[in-house]
Amino acid sequence: MSDSAKTDGTADTAAEAAAGKRRTRYGLLLAALPIAAFVVIGVFLFRGLSLDPSDIYSVMIDKPAPAFDLPALPGKANGLSNTDLTHPVQLVNVFASWCVACRVEHPILMELKRNGTVPIYGLNYKDQPTAAINWLQNFGDPYDRIGSDLNGRVGIDFGVYGVPETFIVDGNGVIVRKITGPITPVILQKELLPLIAEMQK
Amino acid sequence: MAPELGQYALVLAIIVATVQAIVPQVGAYRRDAAWMGVAPAAARVQFLLVLFAFGCLMVSFISSDFSVVNVFENSHSLKPLIYKISGVWGNHEGSLLLWILILTLFGAAVAQFGQNLPPTLQARVLSVQAMIGVGFLAFILFTSNPFSRLDPAPFEGNGLNPLLQDPALAIHPPFLYLGYVGLSVAFSFAVAALIEGRVDPAWARWVRPWTLAAWCCLTAGIALGSYWAYYELGWGGWWFWDPVENASFMPWLAATALLHSSIVVEKRDALKSWTVLLAILAFSLSLLGTFIVRSGVLNSVHAFASDPTRGVFILAFLVFVVGGSLTLYAIRAPSLKGGGLFRPVSREGTLVLNNLLLSTACFTVLLGTLYPLFLDAVASEKVSVGPPYFNAVFVPLMTPLVAALAIGPMLAWKRGDLAGVLGRLKFVAALAFLTALAVAWYAWDIMPLAVLGLALVVWLGLGVFREWAERVRLFRWDIVDSWRRARGLPRASYGMSIAHLGVALMVLGITASETWQDEKQLIMRPGDVETISDFELTFIGAEKVPGPNYSATAATFVVTRNGQPVTILQPESRIFPNPPMETTEAAIRSTLAGDLYTVVGEGDGLGGHAVRLYYKPLVIWIWLGSLAMMVGGMISLSDRRHRIGAPSRKQAAEPGTKNRDPGALAAAGAGD
Repeated sequence: MSDSAKTDGTADTAAEAAAGKRRTRYGLLLAALPIAAFVVIGVFLFRGLSLDPSDIYSVMIDKPAPAFDLPALPGKANGLSNTDLTHPVQLVNVFASWCVACRVEHPILMELKRNGTVPIYGLNYKDQPTAAINWLQNFGDPYDRIGSDLNGRVGIDFGVYGVPETFIVDGNGVIVRKITGPITPVILQKELLPLIAEMQK
Repeated sequence: MAPELGQYALVLAIIVATVQAIVPQVGAYRRDAAWMGVAPAAARVQFLLVLFAFGCLMVSFISSDFSVVNVFENSHSLKPLIYKISGVWGNHEGSLLLWILILTLFGAAVAQFGQNLPPTLQARVLSVQAMIGVGFLAFILFTSNPFSRLDPAPFEGNGLNPLLQDPALAIHPPFLYLGYVGLSVAFSFAVAALIEGRVDPAWARWVRPWTLAAWCCLTAGIALGSYWAYYELGWGGWWFWDPVENASFMPWLAATALLHSSIVVEKRDALKSWTVLLAILAFSLSLLGTFIVRSGVLNSVHAFASDPTRGVFILAFLVFVVGGSLTLYAIRAPSLKGGGLFRPVSREGTLVLNNLLLSTACFTVLLGTLYPLFLDAVASEKVSVGPPYFNAVFVPLMTPLVAALAIGPMLAWKRGDLAGVLGRLKFVAALAFLTALAVAWYAWDIMPLAVLGLALVVWLGLGVFREWAERVRLFRWDIVDSWRRARGLPRASYGMSIAHLGVALMVLGITASETWQDEKQLIMRPGDVETISDFELTFIGAEKVPGPNYSATAATFVVTRNGQPVTILQPESRIFPNPPMETTEAAIRSTLAGDLYTVVGEGDGLGGHAVRLYYKPLVIWIWLGSLAMMVGGMISLSDRRHRIGAPSRKQAAEPGTKNRDPGALAAAGAGD
């Protein structure tokens, strides 16, 4: 914006020439600013290519699930605590009623529930409890237990990046794998079901 | 056969584009008319070749030729014809081809309508346009060939994502691409001007119609996308600040800023280097959006399948286009001479304010969109930035923008009289204040922002009217004179008023629907009656209905108000087998006063069904407002001065003299 000087043009010529020179110097710097900013963004974009946003959060894998004890949603009997994770294999699914992608994976969770494939625990992440209850009433409740993580603290301990996310936890309470984003039919068939079958052996 | 022909056409197109990129550029440098003359012809040929290739792909889709990988992956023989056609661009490869088709269409249009451009400028513009074309054609040929064959050919295709099988989404991408790619013309003009080393009001005159056309399409595309999200995702929400939505919103913000700053270049010969930068940035953001959507660097619900090779290619292209143009800018911009001077309080001043706010808004969206990526790269931490961030930063930015919108058009160029303008707006201000009081009385406890929102609506809506009234001297008690003046106002002036009114309507829709929404989520059994707003909804029941390529659960509600029948609503929940997916089809009774929005979910196995009922007052005005913005843009586009294109140099040369008399100002500055 080097040319948008808001003077009224009455200055005498000498002052204007000096101002002009100063403006040119600033102008050079200003003109180079966009390309500098772009270089920075470009470096990050390049870095981003080798990072997978849906990648496993490496720090939490093969570590015990963080200790937590969350209250139940209104009208539900049970909350969720890390001591509930006692099955040979179980899913901890992070969901919220405001999350569009959660709707996408929801039928798959319902399917798992119907077939009794694996216990599913819900971590209701930064959600209004009443909205969550409505959501579950509307679409069905695939969860064996649900903990209400109102302020998202437990989500942080789990290293939740976004919702939905699904943690596969083994009998010792250790996180074996994590699925970021909705569980698609492909992920279900190729990744999740084989893993569950193997762990249940 | 068709796929092979299409493939050949694309190969020919990239050769033509390469010639078009090099020969006219050299010709312009050597002032060689024959070499420059290659450009328009090449642009037309390139367009025809790509059009042919696009036709070939469409034929493959319509005839369900599953020996083509792309058709196999994205189509199904049972799909209705319209979705076979829209399936052409419902996937990565096909949409890229559509993108290139539109790019070459714009190139051909510059060749056609730009005959009165200075020859060197036209040659350079078309050359830059062709460079972009080469990049994209190489991208499609080397990483994303839509014509790849499968052997043996499968009997049946995989089907199109059911969420995309929708009329609005069938036409949403073409509009969006018209907008994205239309900005490439402004970009090419900017780069050509930097190469020429000359930006003047004439340049802005040539650029503006293209920007305006692109902006109209982008507005339409975004509005369609948001309307689709509203009725198809079944949430009643219409904007989710998803990375893909942001990818289209950022170029829109930049284009809106560009639209306004180019007015200053045209009228006052000022803000030149800033305008050129905006033209570069607007298209760069379009490319960045493409990168975000197609490379998989960010998580999104509607991202295309990601592929690292593609990401690397687009990034390399991005570096070439954006890096190249910004480097050129850094070298050339300081030598662009500043033009007309002006005071902070002036028409230019408010347009600068508009630009500052819009570009800040654009930057905050960029920051919010890329922040997860930054944090991931620097700290290996994964976060998501959601609506709370965007809402928190957007309201404070948009408030002064909308407030200034009523004042700006009434200020004179160069040196405005703010006190005078505010004096003439005092009734408007008083009414806005009364509105605020009334809303505060009525709704303070629900949502304090509603007070601000509705006051702004009144302020801007009446302000637009007041400005028009002033131009036609409506309150001078001479109706005949006013009528004559109203007819004499240029179309661009009406375009501006309508577009600004659109902003007011949109704010109205957003504020009202957020504040006074009535929402119920419950299980209903046949015969149950539920009241929402002042409607009574009787749930008749739900039954299974087969569709052409899905099976649906269709519910029926009888809607009455005070016992009088209103309508029957039949929301559906559809299960698609190929690919397996469930979609909700909300049933909406849409009126100007508000939408009654019903969604049906799963049965509870006991005869009951989960349903969601909403009443959203005035929500339709969000889209009617965007429609008004688009229509305003189109009316402005139809203005004779834009159509002629070539500016009268005389008028551009003496902009200062006309601005003394407010009446002449009305005519000269109209529509800006």
